[in-house]
Amino acid sequence: MDSVETPPEPGAMPPPTRRTFYVAAIYGIWGLITAALGLPALIYLLVPPRMRRQNEWVEVGKMAQIPIGTPVEMTFRRMRVDGWKVVSEQNSAWVVKSPNNQITAFGPQCTHLGCAYHWDEAKNEFVCPCHNSLFSIEGKVLGGPAPRPLDQYETKVQGATLLLGRLQTPPEQSA
Amino acid sequence: MRAHWNRINDWLDHRTGVHTAVRKFLYEDIPASSGWHQVFGSVALFLFLVQSFSGALLAFNYAPTPGDAYNSLRYILTELTGGRLMRGLHHWGASLMITVVVLHMIQVFLFGAYKKPREATWMVGVVLLLLTLAYGLTGYLLPWDNRAYWGTVVATNIASQAPLLGPYLSRLLGGQGSIGVVTFARFFGLHVLLLPPATAFLIAVHVYLVRKHGVAPAPGDELVPKKKFYPEQVFKDTMAIFAAFAILFVMAVAARVPLEQLADPTDTSYVPRPEWYFLFLFQLLKLFTGPLEVVGSVVLPGLAVLALILVPFIDRGQMVRVTRRTFAFSFVALAAIGWTGLTAAAVITTPKEASQVAVDYSAPTDWMELSSEELAGVGHFRQENCVSCHAVGDTGSKIGPDLTRTTIHRNAAWMIQHFKSPAGIRPGSAMPPIQLSDLQLNSLAAFLLKLNPQNATALSDAPDFAVQGALVYQAHGCNACHKVNGVGVDVGPPLNGLAQRRSRSWVEDHFADPSKLSPGSIMPPFKFSKRDLDNLMAYLFVLP
Ligand code: HEC
Ligand code: HEC
Repeated sequence: MDSVETPPEPGAMPPPTRRTFYVAAIYGIWGLITAALGLPALIYLLVPPRMRRQNEWVEVGKMAQIPIGTPVEMTFRRMRVDGWKVVSEQNSAWVVKSPNNQITAFGPQCTHLGCAYHWDEAKNEFVCPCHNSLFSIEGKVLGGPAPRPLDQYETKVQGATLLLGRLQTPPEQSA
Repeated sequence: MRAHWNRINDWLDHRTGVHTAVRKFLYEDIPASSGWHQVFGSVALFLFLVQSFSGALLAFNYAPTPGDAYNSLRYILTELTGGRLMRGLHHWGASLMITVVVLHMIQVFLFGAYKKPREATWMVGVVLLLLTLAYGLTGYLLPWDNRAYWGTVVATNIASQAPLLGPYLSRLLGGQGSIGVVTFARFFGLHVLLLPPATAFLIAVHVYLVRKHGVAPAPGDELVPKKKFYPEQVFKDTMAIFAAFAILFVMAVAARVPLEQLADPTDTSYVPRPEWYFLFLFQLLKLFTGPLEVVGSVVLPGLAVLALILVPFIDRGQMVRVTRRTFAFSFVALAAIGWTGLTAAAVITTPKEASQVAVDYSAPTDWMELSSEELAGVGHFRQENCVSCHAVGDTGSKIGPDLTRTTIHRNAAWMIQHFKSPAGIRPGSAMPPIQLSDLQLNSLAAFLLKLNPQNATALSDAPDFAVQGALVYQAHGCNACHKVNGVGVDVGPPLNGLAQRRSRSWVEDHFADPSKLSPGSIMPPFKFSKRDLDNLMAYLFVLP
């Protein structure tokens, strides 16, 4: 009761028997199926989502409110894309205005472990309470375990209003 | 190398017996008559595994609560690479699995393989069929779009009609009168927590029973020496599995699974349809009206399932050759005719979609990123039939230049001048002046400036209601106070995500008299024609 089988593929060196053909086909097909399911699955899990709406510029305040030479903490709300949700988040920045009206805005977290730091008026430094990392008013590391300078927001001034963009890590060792 | 491998194998086998077990499994004796007709069971098992796999992957990016469910599925479809494929595999896999399970039953039925001592195997099989259908029923709700919602409303109402058990069933499904978070949670729980282990367990029992009794022989098999399961039958199973997988994969890639609008419990115009494999039941219901309805919805299906379970006890005759089982063949043929007839009747009587608001989110949705002005421009572009002369990417005529390329170097002022008098700007131009108002020409120019080879699909994909809605929106100057996709003015709130904050009826009432619903509102009242209102609403409610 042998039904008609696909004949073994010709051309291989030793004429393969039907049995070796079966075994090869079984391994080959299962390999193919595994790959056809596994690769898309890896792509699906590992490729980052296509972010459609980029974070936009947000207004944080009027230029005139910012004192020259003393960092101020400014808070603002911004929309953040979190998976399938857009959440409105409270954010803050330490903003410094230089005498020639140049604006620098630092991300609010210490670059060591992400604690919130503050400006120490007396020492003229940013101080992180967690492990005593110290940063200058330009964001450079002055001491403690912090591995890199403070992160900075992109900034833009429109009329009298200050806008902040994305938070960026400044290029390594800008000293 | 080989010796090394063998040593590892021996070590493992000594400790676990795994090798011996696999050998025993593979080198099982099977009757000489076994062959291609027995592949369906393996294919069904394979499809179950594929469903588990694709289901788990979907669950990684899925939020199982109404509302979020929909958004997360949309996220899977539009934001994740391979997301559409995963959903395609899971969706079509379900259909394919039901098909294969039914084919498997038909084969067993025709060959009389349920006869003594294989009654229990058959009965477990019937339960597995029911479980497979239960996946279909519970999974249907999970996208939480209109189709899912209304389909489930019908299904839970049917369950609540069951004599005696009805009220308890509907309470169990959380659907007392309405479908909401509770029903959703229960369906999700059933679909991913209860059904899979139950199915896996019963499959194990089923396979164990098959092994215990051996593959059913055909009459005359006793006279011929037996065969081994491996490799010949395994090869046949593998080929069949491969064929099924190829079909599934092609469908998942090529056939789009729709995702409709977010479920809208107030949308009474929606005509629910169940999945194709339930259509015959749906149609059967129509044959019974009034107090008899319960006959079609519960009694007949119940009796059918009972009869199916009892098949081995109804037909207790000797095993005979398939070719002589004319009664079984006629029975299957009759059932097939009945099923096809009912299904066909249901398909024919399905009213044409009132496709106004059927957004297919599984298609590219670039058009959603356009501002309302640009989308209105799409409308003018279509009305003026610019493609009769211009190519847009690879489509359209070649009389004028390809607009995805040339317009990149232009500005709006130039373009509007050119629209008004092409020959004035380009002496000898064959392009006729465009007869539109300045406002409309602005929209057209805005769209053309945005047009590039990548987003040219927006032109063909933007559904008509959205384009019409954007035209209404522009014509009434809503952008003087609102933003859509970041374009417009911030006097009123941005209208993106309106669907999450407001109901349709609220917005309609708000148009009629804004300050009644929002005291002190400076938004003027608006009155629209029915058509304009429908389009505008549908447009506002799909804004991401
Ligand atoms: C009867 C054929 C015809 C129709 C209909 C037509 N065009 Fe043209 N179009 C042309 C030709 C020919 C040119 C090239 C000569 C010119 O620039 O005037 C052209 C040029 C253009 C250009 C300038 C491209 C460039 O930068 O050089 C734009 C923009 C344009 N058409 C847009 C449109 C739009 C929008 C519509 C629909 C409202 C439209 N056209 C309808 C024939 C047509
Ligand atoms: C004169 C400015 C103005 C115009 C023009 C205007 N709106 Fe408004 N709209 C507002 C203001 C202000 C609000 C917020 C107060 C309120 O809810 O009425 C608002 C609220 C809304 C809301 C409710 C949004 C929410 O999330 O609560 C919708 C929807 C809306 N407008 C749609 C429209 C549409 C569509 C048009 C065009 C036909 C339009 N508006 C024209 C000023 C305007």
